[in-house]
Amino acid sequence: MNIPMIEMQVARYSPERDAQPYLQRFEVPVKPEWVILDALNYIKDKLDGTLTFRWSCRMGICGSCGYMVNNEPKLGCATFLSQYLPGPIKIEPLSNFPVVRDLVVEISEFLEKLKRVKPWLIHENGNGAGEYLQTPSQLEEFRQHSMCINCLLCYAACPISGLDPVFIGPAALALAQRYNKDSRDQGAEERMAILSHPEGIWGCTFVGECTKVCPKHVDPAGAIQQYKLAAAMEGIKQFLMPWGQRQEER
Amino acid sequence: MSRAGQAPAPIRPTPTPTQETAPTYTEFHPRWYRPPISTYWWLGKSAYVKFILRELSSVAVAWTVALLLVQIRAISRGGDAYTRFLHRMSSPWMIAINIIAFAFLMLHSITWFNLAPKAMAVRIRGIRVPGLLISGPQYMAWIAISAIIFAIVLTR
Repeated sequence: MNIPMIEMQVARYSPERDAQPYLQRFEVPVKPEWVILDALNYIKDKLDGTLTFRWSCRMGICGSCGYMVNNEPKLGCATFLSQYLPGPIKIEPLSNFPVVRDLVVEISEFLEKLKRVKPWLIHENGNGAGEYLQTPSQLEEFRQHSMCINCLLCYAACPISGLDPVFIGPAALALAQRYNKDSRDQGAEERMAILSHPEGIWGCTFVGECTKVCPKHVDPAGAIQQYKLAAAMEGIKQFLMPWGQRQEER
Repeated sequence: MSRAGQAPAPIRPTPTPTQETAPTYTEFHPRWYRPPISTYWWLGKSAYVKFILRELSSVAVAWTVALLLVQIRAISRGGDAYTRFLHRMSSPWMIAINIIAFAFLMLHSITWFNLAPKAMAVRIRGIRVPGLLISGPQYMAWIAISAIIFAIVLTR
C-alpha cells in the first residue's frame, strides 16, 4: 500500500544556539490512525532525535501535548494527521508562553496563577473531616468546569493572556468557578478577593476563543462571564443594602 | 573572589547580550524565547478581527449617545436651533458617519444579546435552560420596541 507523505514544518529553538526559533521541514508518512503526536514521535525516532516536545498519556487526559498546529492551539494526541492533507502542517509551541526549547513552553507563571485562585475545597471543618454529601444535580452545577486537564490551549488562544501577562487567564478562572459552584465548598468569599480584581475576571474581554479551543468543553469564557454577573450582583447588593450585609457578617 | 595572581575560572562563557537577545535573557535559566506580539496580532484570525470590531463598537455607542444629547439640547433651544441641527445632520459626511455608527450599533447589540446566555447559567429542575430561551426574549423585546419607535416616527 502506498502511504501518502506530508510535509511537517516544526519549530526548532535551542536556547544556547538560536537567537529565535526557526522552522525545520520533515517528510512524514500519513497513516490513517496517526495523530500529530505520532508524527512528532516518528520524527524523533527516525529523522531527528534532538526534537524536544512534551507528551505523556496520548489519550487526552494529561494535557501535556498542546501545540500550535497551523496557528491553532490543538492537543497533539487528539488531532488527526490526515485532516491536514495535502499539507504542509506547521507545528509551533503554544502561543503566549516563553519557549524553553523546540516545542516546550515554560508554564511556571500559569502554575503560580493557578495556586492564587485556591483550586481546592475550602471548608470550615477543614478537609478530610468526613463525608460531604452531594446530589447529582449539585454535581452537575460544576461538573463541566471540573473537566479541565490544564493543557493550556485556552491560554494560547486568549489574546489577553499574551498582551497582559498578569491576567489570571481562562483555565485558572474556570477552575476557581468550579470550586465556587461546588456545594461542598465555602471558599467563594476568599476567592472573590483575587477573582474580582482587574487581573481576574475583569481582565477578560470575552473574546470567547478559549471556549472554542477547549478539548474538554470546559467553557472557561462562560464560567468567567457567569462569575462577572455574580460579582456585579454582589456589588449592587452591597451598595443597596449595606446594613443587610453587616447583619449577615455578624 | 579571585586570589592574587589567579584569574577566576569561568564556569561557562556568559553569552554577550546583543540588541536582539538582551530583553529575552532570563537570569539563572536557559534563555527563554519570548515571542514578540505584533501590533496587528488581531488581523491573523477572523475571530480576533470580530472581537476588535466589537470593542471598537463602543466608540459608535459613545458617538450616538453624544449625538442624542446634542439633539435634546437643540430641541430644548427651540425651533430654529433644531432646524440648524437637522441641517447639520443632513450633510453627506454626517450621513456616512451615522450609517457606519448604525452598523457598529447593530454589531454591539447582537453580540451583547448573544453573550447573555453565556453569562446566565439558569437551571430549572437541574436542567440548564437552552441559550435560545434566554437570548430569544431579548431579541423579541428589541424588535418590539424598535417597531413601536418606527410606528411613532412614521405616523407622526
